[in-house]
Amino acid sequence: MAAVQKKPEVTEARLGAVSIPTGGAWASAARADALARVRAMGLPDRRDEYWKFTRPDTLVQAEAPRAALFDPNEAPMFDGVDRLRIVFVDGVFDAAQSDDLSLEGVSIERLSDAAEADIHWAKDLYGVLETRGQDPVARSLAALNTAAATDGIVIHVTGKAAKPIHLRYLHADETSDAILHHLVKLEPGADVTILESGPAAARFNKCMEIDIADGAAFHHVRTQGRDHKRRAVTHMFTRLGNESAFKSFTMTANGVLTRNECIIELTGDDAKAHVSGAAMGDGDFHHDDTVFITHDAERCESRQVFKKVLRNGATGVFQGKILVKAGAQKTDGYQISQSLLLDGDSQFLAKPELEIYADDVICSHGSTSGAIDEEALFYLRARGVPEGPATDLLTLSFLAEAVDEIEDDGLREEVTGLLAGWLERRRG
Amino acid sequence: MLEINNLHVDLEEEDKTILKGVNLSIAGGSVHAIMGPNGSGKSTLSYVLSGKDGYTVTKGSATLEGADILDMEPEERASAGLFLAFQYPVEIPGVGNMTFLRTAVNAQRKARGEEEMSAADFLKVIRAKAKDLKIDADMLKRPVNVGFSGGEKKRNEILQMAMLEPKMCILDETDSGLDVDAMKLVSDGVNALRDAGRGFLVITHYQRLLDHIKPDFVHIMADGRIVKSGGPELALEVEKNGYADILTEVA
Repeated sequence: MAAVQKKPEVTEARLGAVSIPTGGAWASAARADALARVRAMGLPDRRDEYWKFTRPDTLVQAEAPRAALFDPNEAPMFDGVDRLRIVFVDGVFDAAQSDDLSLEGVSIERLSDAAEADIHWAKDLYGVLETRGQDPVARSLAALNTAAATDGIVIHVTGKAAKPIHLRYLHADETSDAILHHLVKLEPGADVTILESGPAAARFNKCMEIDIADGAAFHHVRTQGRDHKRRAVTHMFTRLGNESAFKSFTMTANGVLTRNECIIELTGDDAKAHVSGAAMGDGDFHHDDTVFITHDAERCESRQVFKKVLRNGATGVFQGKILVKAGAQKTDGYQISQSLLLDGDSQFLAKPELEIYADDVICSHGSTSGAIDEEALFYLRARGVPEGPATDLLTLSFLAEAVDEIEDDGLREEVTGLLAGWLERRRG
Repeated sequence: MLEINNLHVDLEEEDKTILKGVNLSIAGGSVHAIMGPNGSGKSTLSYVLSGKDGYTVTKGSATLEGADILDMEPEERASAGLFLAFQYPVEIPGVGNMTFLRTAVNAQRKARGEEEMSAADFLKVIRAKAKDLKIDADMLKRPVNVGFSGGEKKRNEILQMAMLEPKMCILDETDSGLDVDAMKLVSDGVNALRDAGRGFLVITHYQRLLDHIKPDFVHIMADGRIVKSGGPELALEVEKNGYADILTEVA
């Protein structure tokens, strides 16, 4: 664990504002361990190298800053998809708004129920991947989550899930401070799609640990948006077995502060991990994608595709690392992070990193910032497309490489529609 | 159709005068060709007419069916019926060729107050026109011009022209980068669009394109002016003797 001197009073102030839930022996032990990790690491502050581009103050302070609600009656996301809905309001499971939790190929429980049980498979996953993810970089907000998460969902996938599971996060209270922790365990050959949407709370700390056994496949599509003043820090920790797959896409529109961390360990041979994102921000928008991928097996493939559209002083951050351990031969790693700056005030801060200890690998990475291609814009206009729609078309074209990472046609079209709608509204 | 009067144009960046008084009158149904050495201003003329940034008109006028096009945005000129087939068609990754064309067709229809074309109708029309130009379904699906060969890009320009049905077509060195077979295909596409209501301005270095697209008038451009005009025989003269003789003769 990285040893950085932190001010203990900041960490203690935050811990003083949370209550550690009670539970069975395994859960209590996991939470106590996590609490010890938080204290040992300290919560991030402005001097923290890993938080160089994103100020953690508001994520760390004792109380959540107030965040106005956007529109509680807006149309739900993914409505065109046949799915099982699980609703959380300000971080609390809402049984009335959720579907029945039975689904073929899957067993679903509330974290609080699993935590009460004396013996539960969750014991071997809860906080386990999070702990592994603390090395070599401290992620103390994730440890805080493990210690203090009051709710969440625990999903055991034993076969092919009959339909996608949609975690819908509603925000109803302007000062809500939500901490959710989900577990997803996929047995060999299992297959599941998890959808997530919504602002969740004024401040949202979410952690998801995903254990993917041999030959299993995990698909994830998430939309974060709307309530502009909300703040969020999210972590996904995943470990992949032989010939398994992890595919995650996130769309973010609006948000004064979003930090999405994704920590991936390729521990089985021939596994594939693809993580991608399309973010669009206007004004006081700050979006941070932080990715850490460890190749620790042979012939694995990883892809990171992150695109950001920034205007009116918006800020985009990308920190992406590929670590190839000795012995991870035939690794194929790809990383691209790009921003489209629609004006001179916006900024994109990128820190791509490669660290390679194997000698037979292919790793490529690139990072660019650019404006709209004037030649392409003129070409479209010369064909009769007015400047506004032509700019939108080129913006969507810029985002396409990330959006195309979504395999399901219906979901991809839905996300494309959301992006197009956002652009059109900005034009007024 | 297209009337150009005493057009003077400066290149903004270099503060340089490129066009020094161009006069040209193109009637509907006629094909005019402009030939000339490199740097004579041929491509600048096509860009200024279509509304590209970076040029300043210092004197003169250009009208399409009586309407002043120099005051219009590029998209307004397109909707008014002007079409430029680009010398270097632009690649647009992430935008499907079909989506691009349908967006363009419907944007023009909307601008003219016409009803938009339905997806089904559009598909029917584009399939027939693509077939004539030997553009297969794959090329229609792929991102605009991405990974297209030189010949495919030019055929794609002609497909756009066929779909948009402009009144005035400007072809900027459409023959560059084409082999003999591709030139025939492109020329057939252009000839199929020739009719009494449509004017053509064909800009080229070489006479060979004019073997396929037979012009009614040929103009020689040099140093920002049209220095000589004549019939198709003028192109043959250029082919035989080069520009030197003509330029000496008019100097």
